[in-house]
Amino acid sequence: MLPSLSQVIAEKKAGQPPTHGQGAMSHGTPDTSQPKIETRHLNFYYGQRQALFDISIQVPQRNVTALIGPSGCGKSTFLRTLNRMNDIVDGARVEGLVQLDGTDIYRPNIDVVSLRKRVGMVFQKSNPFPKSVFDNVAFGPRIAGLTDRKKLGEIVESCLKRAALWEEVSHRLKDSALALSGGQQQRLCIARALATDPEVLLMDEPASALDPASTARVEDLIFELRRNYTIVIVTHNMQQAARVSEFTAFFFQGRLIEMDRTDQLFTKPKEKETEDYITGRFG
Amino acid sequence: MNETAFSTDPQLAARHRWGRMFEWACAIATWLCLLILATMLLGVFIKGWPHLNWGFLTHFDSQIEPETAGIKAGLWGSFWLIVLTALFAIPVGIGAAVYLEEYAKANWVTRLIQLNILNLAGVPSVVYGILGVTVFGHMFGLFGDWPREPVWHLPFGDKVLTGALTLSLLILPVVIISTQEALRSIPASLRHSSLALGATQWQTIRYQVLPASLPGILTGIILALSRAVGESAPLIMIGALTYVSSTPGNIGSVTDFFTKPQGIVEAPFDRFTAMPLVIYNWASQPDEIYQSLSAAGIVVLLLVLLLMNTTAVIIRQRFQNWIRW
Amino acid sequence: MSNTPDSESRATGARLTSATLSPAERPSLQKRWSLTTLKEQCIRLVLFCCALLSVATTAGIILVLFSETLLFFSQVSVLSFFGDTVWQPQSQDNPRFGIWPLACGTFLVAGIAGLIGMPLGLLSALYLSEYASERSRSYLKPTLEVLAGIPSIVYGYFALVFLTPYVLQPIFMNALGFEVGGFNVLSAGIVVGIMIVPTISSLSEDVLRSVPRGLREAGLALGSTKFDVSVRIVLPAALSGIMAAFLLALSRAVGETMAVTIAAGSQPDLSLNVLRSIETMTAYIVMVSLGEAAAGSIEYRSLYVVAMSLFLITLVMNIIARFILRRYRNVYQ
Repeated sequence: MLPSLSQVIAEKKAGQPPTHGQGAMSHGTPDTSQPKIETRHLNFYYGQRQALFDISIQVPQRNVTALIGPSGCGKSTFLRTLNRMNDIVDGARVEGLVQLDGTDIYRPNIDVVSLRKRVGMVFQKSNPFPKSVFDNVAFGPRIAGLTDRKKLGEIVESCLKRAALWEEVSHRLKDSALALSGGQQQRLCIARALATDPEVLLMDEPASALDPASTARVEDLIFELRRNYTIVIVTHNMQQAARVSEFTAFFFQGRLIEMDRTDQLFTKPKEKETEDYITGRFG
Repeated sequence: MNETAFSTDPQLAARHRWGRMFEWACAIATWLCLLILATMLLGVFIKGWPHLNWGFLTHFDSQIEPETAGIKAGLWGSFWLIVLTALFAIPVGIGAAVYLEEYAKANWVTRLIQLNILNLAGVPSVVYGILGVTVFGHMFGLFGDWPREPVWHLPFGDKVLTGALTLSLLILPVVIISTQEALRSIPASLRHSSLALGATQWQTIRYQVLPASLPGILTGIILALSRAVGESAPLIMIGALTYVSSTPGNIGSVTDFFTKPQGIVEAPFDRFTAMPLVIYNWASQPDEIYQSLSAAGIVVLLLVLLLMNTTAVIIRQRFQNWIRW
Repeated sequence: MSNTPDSESRATGARLTSATLSPAERPSLQKRWSLTTLKEQCIRLVLFCCALLSVATTAGIILVLFSETLLFFSQVSVLSFFGDTVWQPQSQDNPRFGIWPLACGTFLVAGIAGLIGMPLGLLSALYLSEYASERSRSYLKPTLEVLAGIPSIVYGYFALVFLTPYVLQPIFMNALGFEVGGFNVLSAGIVVGIMIVPTISSLSEDVLRSVPRGLREAGLALGSTKFDVSVRIVLPAALSGIMAAFLLALSRAVGETMAVTIAAGSQPDLSLNVLRSIETMTAYIVMVSLGEAAAGSIEYRSLYVVAMSLFLITLVMNIIARFILRRYRNVYQ
């Protein structure tokens, strides 16, 4: 049996390092601090079909925000609007406002490339480049023009350490990344995203293809990373949302139904749909 | 057969008999084609055997002493043709394919280009020959009526460069289509993860997509080039000679590249013949000895093709072991 | 991306900086006019030009053929081109330009090639897709495709030096008493037929394999034998795709040059006798190119007219075949 959501939340509270708890407390509700990402009346269309309806949300600084909801509810689409990955889809169209630190990222004179350097992304299926471990992590800094072998080495090491992968791969940096296990590959992808020195990390169901042990490692990692990064994570697993996130937003049929502190949302949901979903009546 | 155990229906038995006969017919058809292939190769080999020696590769054609005739001029002519053809067709072909697969939006311009490439792939080679002789050979007569002395190599006339440009146009559709297929086999996730790391589109193509699709692209290019090696009709049309006793740029051995470096610059503007042309010339002579020379030439041509195709296979397997999706 | 010392020092990763930077220090998202963006645009433009080159090739073909064809028809009437039955462009006193002898040669060769190549290609496609084991298929198919990789000059040589003297002449001349020329249409048609087998078989095999498995299983479940399923269910379902394969192969046969030039000779005759020499459109083009016709002469222009006819015939066949194939794919995919 899975532990109940309230149990998970209680355990998480107890397991938190004190400083961490304080840091989280200082944010209070999402509204009180300057949000890292903010959307207002965001509509999104794939050609004729509207996929997102009037989403207004504020993602707080240095925190984990989870997006949950049944599959096809638009949570992944929403995530991809935040670093404009939807741009490469033919016929995709955005209405409304998406701000990063108060800058509208859909303004015509925005450089998508530098946006994506600041907003990193980790995909559902781990997708390392068919190159060596080292080259995978070094790719971001290299395309940014860094050629110094020593500095690259430092970045690779520090990113792999931050992704809790250094111990396992330090002796095989030259091996093909495709030889790593699934969980290692996903952490490599996280390390690779960290190497461009982003402020925001978008994660699209990063653990859905992993076994439980690897999932736990990735979740620990996310929990660690939130000290320094603003993380938005899409998950279909409510337990996971409860374990790693401070705030949770519930999406349903392309609409944002409700967003609140995770413990609030899971224990005292305000909306009927949210309650139905977290109690397992659908989804 | 199992079914017969259930039934004694004579009609069904007849149907099974038909079925077996049909299967045999299919198998025979397949094996017949392979048998013809084997006969063809074996026949040519046996016929050419007396001439297959080192001298055949290092001697020029000779009409006075056909016993000592060789395919040296054709071999070097084909070499220059292929090198120059590759030089033109590979960058342009890959460029066009990359544009169509990675940049082009699905609009009418793209559809037009795509349809156009498919149709070009079906245009007979003689038509390319006509295009080549008019555009590269005579340059529309802009430099006066053909034939005349060229002004600084213009028009290109019946020289190696004309042949190579014509063959480039001929194999371009093949290169584009096979490169597009190679690019299409690269999963979208590779592009997405590179873009998500803040790479520009060209950086994504240059550092991720092209390296990953390289084996497929190379295979397609080698197959296209081997088509160019065997082409003869367009070369005849641009006026390439069938009987030459010199090599382009007077480079007749590997050491000549170093001892006569000026030949490398001269070769593209030199007259030439190619292996298929020499073979054609011999095949159209009535004497028995020329038939045999022709067969020997074919064996050399086929060996060159075999070498190219083997390279393609090796490249494909070498890289496939490393890149697994 | 600009390579300023600042961005490098931030990128060392020794400290976690950007997240702690104040908003003013963060890298701007503003699009800046830089070398990188310029380079991206240039690359895109260059690649687009590469793609446009293919359109330019087609335009070049049409332009070159069309202009010379117009000049040709200013000297020779269209009526005599399509009406006359004699093709003798070299004749000094009475040059005649009736396309029929050349067209007859071309279609005769293509027809024989079709008679040989279509059954062989279709049966081997059926064998590969319906009967052969996965293992034997894995080496039969590439071996069959070797046939497509052999230069056409080799086929021509084979027809001239082996097929005619060792097969056709013993059968038709010695046994049946017909006159068989050293150059004859039959040998050319046969080798072209073999040449197009791989085209037909690999295209047809793709088409046959794309017939859904459910259809086959439904047939078997109704008590059909494998033969019934192959011939009565799979083949009709794939018929239009196979027709397209035939058309593409025939257009290749029409455009085939060297094998035909070597094996069938260059005797433009309006005749259906397949044991005699004949001249196809492609062979005529090669023959004129080998000769001494001066640019601008009527004989030289006739080259372009014949090439134009050839281009149009193959283009129409190709377009129809692609159209059929696309409709076929829409049904099953």
